[in-house]
Amino acid sequence: MKKELITGGEALLRSLKNEQVDTIYGYPGGSIIPVFDALYDYREDFHQVLVRHEQAAVHAAQGYARSSGKVGVCIVTSGPGATNTLTGISDAMLDSTPIVVIAGQVSSAVLGTDAFQEIDLVGVTQPISKWSYQIRSAEDVAWAVSRAFYIASTGRPGPVVLDFTKNAQVSQVLYEPIKVDSVRSYVPYPKPDLQCIKEAADLINRAKRPFAVVGQGVELGEAHKELIAFLEKGGIPAARTLMGLSSLPSDHPLCMGMLGMHGNLGPNVNTNECDVLIAIGMRFSDRVTGKLETYAKQAKIIHLDIDKVEIDKSVPVDIPVLGDCKETLPLITELLNENSHKEWIATFGDLDKIENEKVIEKALNPTDGPILMGEVCRKVSEATNHNAILVTDVGQNQMFAARYFKYKEPHSIITSGGLGTMGFGLPAAMGATMGAPHRTVCYFAGDGGFQMNMQELGTIMEQRCPVKMIVMDNSYLGMVRQWQQLFYENRCSWTPMCNPDFCKIAEAYGIPSRFVKDRSELDAAIKEMVETPGAFLLNVVVRAEDNVMPMMPLGASVCEMILE
Amino acid sequence: MLMEKKLYTVIVYSENIAGMLNQVTAEFTRRQMNIETLNVSSSNIEGVHRYTISLWTTEWLIQRVTKRLEKKVDILRAYYFTDNEIFMQEVALYKLSTPRLLENKQISKIIRHNNARVIEINSAYTVVEKTGKTDAVLSLYKEFAAEQCVLQFVKSGRVAIVRDASVNLSENLFDEDSIRSKVRG
Repeated sequence: MKKELITGGEALLRSLKNEQVDTIYGYPGGSIIPVFDALYDYREDFHQVLVRHEQAAVHAAQGYARSSGKVGVCIVTSGPGATNTLTGISDAMLDSTPIVVIAGQVSSAVLGTDAFQEIDLVGVTQPISKWSYQIRSAEDVAWAVSRAFYIASTGRPGPVVLDFTKNAQVSQVLYEPIKVDSVRSYVPYPKPDLQCIKEAADLINRAKRPFAVVGQGVELGEAHKELIAFLEKGGIPAARTLMGLSSLPSDHPLCMGMLGMHGNLGPNVNTNECDVLIAIGMRFSDRVTGKLETYAKQAKIIHLDIDKVEIDKSVPVDIPVLGDCKETLPLITELLNENSHKEWIATFGDLDKIENEKVIEKALNPTDGPILMGEVCRKVSEATNHNAILVTDVGQNQMFAARYFKYKEPHSIITSGGLGTMGFGLPAAMGATMGAPHRTVCYFAGDGGFQMNMQELGTIMEQRCPVKMIVMDNSYLGMVRQWQQLFYENRCSWTPMCNPDFCKIAEAYGIPSRFVKDRSELDAAIKEMVETPGAFLLNVVVRAEDNVMPMMPLGASVCEMILE
Repeated sequence: MLMEKKLYTVIVYSENIAGMLNQVTAEFTRRQMNIETLNVSSSNIEGVHRYTISLWTTEWLIQRVTKRLEKKVDILRAYYFTDNEIFMQEVALYKLSTPRLLENKQISKIIRHNNARVIEINSAYTVVEKTGKTDAVLSLYKEFAAEQCVLQFVKSGRVAIVRDASVNLSENLFDEDSIRSKVRG
């Protein structure tokens, strides 16, 4: 290809095109103006989304990445623009989301002089990103961008930061595309160890009560079919973590529900009853394991993961199976004996009955009193034929939605699992509508989280993002209030909240909305939301002091769940 | 055993890029692990730097930290050793008062008995160098200090090589299968 003399800023855009980028989230500012100037000539090449706050640019890129399987991209300025992205970068790191954050930086000549809007972005982001690099010359752009995309999207995905000095943006370079497809010090896909595969299969074949715990690794590895083939051949019941909820359809006969602090009774209790625990693409988060000293001590543990660091990190593993689960699962399945484990699977049903009676029935089918969050979530899931992408904020709304939504398709849950970022949901949902334009995107939030990034209603208006927003207003920071009730003698310190009229706010942005307080209006309101083209805000007043149950209290074992 | 505190030596090979030192030490800072000594220099391979870090910690922690170090994109390898698995040396420099040295013959005896070396001498001060294990260089300092002749003292962090005859840490750093073995459990 013929080399052309262009600016570093334009070289960035050419490099992004080379990586098949189609959407960019961003916010301009002094140190990144040359790139935005170059973008003016690339209006046909990229969908350019001006957000209302840089934090939202990152969460939107995350929502885009998680719904599309591609790398999310955002461009911001230096200083405050860059520091506003830190929450999103940390969130993407903990939840393994492939994004590339490009930030402006002051010119190389004034680095370290406390120049206007200068911060040491590489220094600040190194501990919270997969790779962080400063581009100081235009010659560096093509290589750095390609390396960034390679690192962000391969192996265990994660966020990459490019700190782009202003001199590198404006200086000229003879541009030539570069494709980085290896880094000598980085092994994204460990080669499966066939001995471990055989030992894992032998152990599963001998098991009387095998149990698979499945995480987001299956979604990231696109190993949904491989997982089902593995479970069905071995007759192995499975449960999913919060992050892995759509790795296995909710209605699959071997799907036993959700793990974790607010997960289902069956999978949590039976974690301490199984004889072989097979962890697939999950990281034994403390919200899943509860008290480690009593976690699955009776079981032999097999751990399939792409990341060596996760092996033995918190739970000692008997057989590690390193590698991409899309590759390792079929290798194990091939060696499995066909099995059914009917009696063992029936024990999950017995526990389901208890949970249904004590928790679920009350949460989903109340006959009187205020509307409950659980029933709202289930009704929205039903109204969208369980085909929508669920995007949540953080707190009670997240746990109710995760529990009572049903998942048919892969990549159907976008939530902040590791960092638990309030305010994540609205921009992430906005990004999801662009990453998966053919799907309905339902965003659930509480009144607290909604107000943490509510300014993005402006972006939703401008971009016409068809986000179905369900704000469940209990006028409390509900999850903290729940803990205060249960563990702090009901001292509701800083949790009651006085809220505005959310429908009027929606109206100001030209977004249709509906306010619901009576149960009798709920079905019609949800129908109106689903049937109204484009964005819609459903403001539901819910019971103020509802609790998410069951609950594994902090420091308790998986088998010590509170039901009421 | 895993929770017993010992002095560990971590050896890291990384690309020679700005900011690597920060990335290496951040893994320790995150857990408030206090680094005792740190030596960073180019290795026998061009473009690759070698870090030798010593610190008191448990095997449980050092195993995890070493894995996390090795996971970083620009780090090639990270290993940890106990003192009986390595040969280690530190270099110390002692700036002594020349007048005190001349008037007190005991000081010259100390230099000889400790196999230390005089590397500079002038009318004001004498610089003595000693290479050895931590205890040896520190005890020499104490001997000099007892004679009240020390003007300045400095010692380096440790450098270390592995005792095991079959191990060459820098061999096959870029061999793909060998790199893969670092990722295996």
